[in-house]
Amino acid sequence: MPSAGSDPDLDAATPVSIKILIAGGFGAGKTTLVSSVSEIKPLRTEEVLSEPSVLVDALDGVEQKTTTTVAMDFGRITVRDDLVVYLFGTPGQHRFWFMWDELALGALGAVVMADTRRLADSFPSVDYFERRGLPFVVAVNCFDGAKRFQPEAVRTALDLNPDVPIVLCDARQRSSSRDVLVTLVEYAIRLISDSEVMAPR
Amino acid sequence: MRDNQWLDRDAGPVVRPYALTGGRTRPTGESFDLLALVASNDLNSIDDVLLEPEYLEVMRQCRQPKPVADLASDLDLPLGVVRILLSDMRERGLVTIRPPARTRLTDPQVLKDVADALRRL
Repeated sequence: MPSAGSDPDLDAATPVSIKILIAGGFGAGKTTLVSSVSEIKPLRTEEVLSEPSVLVDALDGVEQKTTTTVAMDFGRITVRDDLVVYLFGTPGQHRFWFMWDELALGALGAVVMADTRRLADSFPSVDYFERRGLPFVVAVNCFDGAKRFQPEAVRTALDLNPDVPIVLCDARQRSSSRDVLVTLVEYAIRLISDSEVMAPR
Repeated sequence: MRDNQWLDRDAGPVVRPYALTGGRTRPTGESFDLLALVASNDLNSIDDVLLEPEYLEVMRQCRQPKPVADLASDLDLPLGVVRILLSDMRERGLVTIRPPARTRLTDPQVLKDVADALRRL
């Protein structure tokens, strides 16, 4: 197999890719946020066979036709020629969580979209990112007609650490979605600086 | 690019994409990130008449290095299928797959640049 040897020309031309995950329950506004703030592209991920055969390299189960195409929201924001931010909307259903680990690898952080009418839908995402130690912010999507919550009430309901930023947003608005991403990046910078203070090299 | 689709929308979702991979559902060799960059290798020494059309399309699209996720989206093929195609192509020396540049990801200055640029959106 050819090794991935280092090629200086290619290195210089390699843009820095920042990966941000957009998570949250079904209908919480993930797609809306990705499309309002980035150039969105369709991305099919896996053609999943019936659940027991997902990890088996065989076609058992094809005859059951329990197949699904998982579409994922995928957006890119070209910050500079050499700096691109990629947004990946994580698939919501639990049975696709095998994809999350791969998505989370090397990610800068995550946005957990929360719908105050169904806050419990955000629990699994919050749990996941806490366990992985991946920086995340909670974006409370303020739908028309949804009761406005104070951020601190959301913090209590989701049992979030005091330092996790909570942003009220309207995912349809580009500026609002942008502010959510800025909040996440600033939070990540704070965490990096803190860890350098605590563990000087 | 949607002019070179190998699948039509009416096709059953399972069998046809994985027919491109000989029925395999797992890539071989070293795994690679969704944002790994795929670059076509110099084709001068390869008789492209012998290459599968989907390989040629990947080679064409990756003359400039392109992230795996972008490639899958542009090919309109599932990521899982694209991963297998790419691992096969890497084995045959047709493409080089490089990890994404992450060395500066923990550099606060880079992240400040990102935050500033996002604010200007």
